[in-house]
Amino acid sequence: MNKKTFGNKLVASPYIVWSAIFIVVPLIIMLYFALTDSSGNFTLANLSGLGEYKKAFAISILYAAIATVITLLLAYPMAYFMSKLKISSQRMIFMIVMIPMWMNFLIRTYSWITILANTGLINTFLKNIGLRPLKLINTPGAVILGMVYDFIPYMILPIYSVMSKIDNSLLEASEDLGSNGFNKFKRVIFPLSRPGVISGITMVFVPSVSTFYISQKLGGNKTMLIGDTIEYFFNLGPDYYNIASAISLVLMVMILICLFIMNRFSDGEEGGVLM
Amino acid sequence: MKILSRIYIALIVLFLYAPIAVMVVFSFNSSSSVWVLEGFSTRWYEGLGNDTAMLNALKHTVIVAVLSAIISTVLGTAAAVGINAIRRKFSKKIIMSVTQIPMMNADIVTGISLMLLFIFFGKLIGLNESLGFGTVLIAHITFNLPYVILSVMPRLQQTDSHLAEAALDLGCPPLKAFFKVILPSISTGIITGFIMAFTLSLDDFVISYFTCGHYQTLPIVIFNMTKKSVKPDTYALSTLIFISVFVLMVLYNVLQTKSEKKHAS
Repeated sequence: MNKKTFGNKLVASPYIVWSAIFIVVPLIIMLYFALTDSSGNFTLANLSGLGEYKKAFAISILYAAIATVITLLLAYPMAYFMSKLKISSQRMIFMIVMIPMWMNFLIRTYSWITILANTGLINTFLKNIGLRPLKLINTPGAVILGMVYDFIPYMILPIYSVMSKIDNSLLEASEDLGSNGFNKFKRVIFPLSRPGVISGITMVFVPSVSTFYISQKLGGNKTMLIGDTIEYFFNLGPDYYNIASAISLVLMVMILICLFIMNRFSDGEEGGVLM
Repeated sequence: MKILSRIYIALIVLFLYAPIAVMVVFSFNSSSSVWVLEGFSTRWYEGLGNDTAMLNALKHTVIVAVLSAIISTVLGTAAAVGINAIRRKFSKKIIMSVTQIPMMNADIVTGISLMLLFIFFGKLIGLNESLGFGTVLIAHITFNLPYVILSVMPRLQQTDSHLAEAALDLGCPPLKAFFKVILPSISTGIITGFIMAFTLSLDDFVISYFTCGHYQTLPIVIFNMTKKSVKPDTYALSTLIFISVFVLMVLYNVLQTKSEKKHAS
């Protein structure tokens, strides 16, 4: 019956070949490197030796989780207030939030140095009004601030895009039925905005937990996150590719588990990853 | 309440733009300090104009962005059309799950796995230096493809498939039916996909870092600049990038509003 659409299916074959070679095979090669030593013999030593990097994994997850929570707390009201503006103002604010997103995160992270450094703007200001300077740069707080700053647009925009689609008559109906502000939020606004929250959380958590630049620039060399550890080993040369692959593999599995858990929360609703 | 919400929006915008403003101001500093303003000067901008390594990197970035956006748009649109025609739910699900991998995975893992692939096959065919223009282009096409597919796919699902069938029934050749019937109705999805691919490619640092070899793109040069001590030249370069992004976005928005008005009237 569908003879006519049959030809269409073949159109996807170049892509299917492409994704097999450049998405699936690389992951298999990474697995191969993780399970061999530098001369190519099978070993589990890379994976069993990962206990040494427990601290890096734990710190990465902790920092990324804190950054994600702060980002959500800041972004949620922003998205809500945005969706209540006039349509033309909504557009303008949307664009204003999006512009930093199209700028390189290296630049965005780097500009914080001038503000936070020991001789930076905040400390100069404090000194001028007669207060003691604060230790801002090279602290965990600075790393988390960097994550929040770099990734907050990825939280605001998906939440805003679901919020702006919430039908106002639903809110009016809930008011007519006697719900107060809190109930309206709990029973109408929050459930409807959940897909946006879920995709926002993933879009902030994944890059935060795997970052290797923010911590180097704002955290000094004290905090080695998991991304830093991977980059460090890759720069040491081919002999260290095996251990770096093993760490990457664990990072990937960890992220997949997080995504899986997040998907459970979204009640199997499809999409919402893209804005 | 209204005033409070305005204040809140203003504070978040301030948070987003304060570091950018600081950067722009210090890019005009006459001394090499990024803490103390001494006077106005454009010397850092003039310095950039003579920096051949940086201008080369800019050229590389634009070449890779244009080529990878074009190739991934063509390949991705074809893929979306093909995947949409697949009837077996199971194969469709597998293909879509694989497609999502580069979007979901951490950039560092995608970058490293591609680098290992290139080195592995480079060794097989006896290359010492397998990373370069070709590999960074392949990497960019690979991470652009899912975004193209996922922005074309919904449009395709919204198009009435009976229209294309009608065209075929009336004797229109399949390829012509595609260009006359399907393409116009999915064009906005294709354009969005292309723009996303282009900007993602321009902006990418992590994946390029692992796959570019000596073919350095602008983000890589910025990374190398920021490794040394902080100097206003990086701020000057960043300011230029900020201004180009700003102008492009405003232009895109104006054009979009205009075309929407046209449709409305």
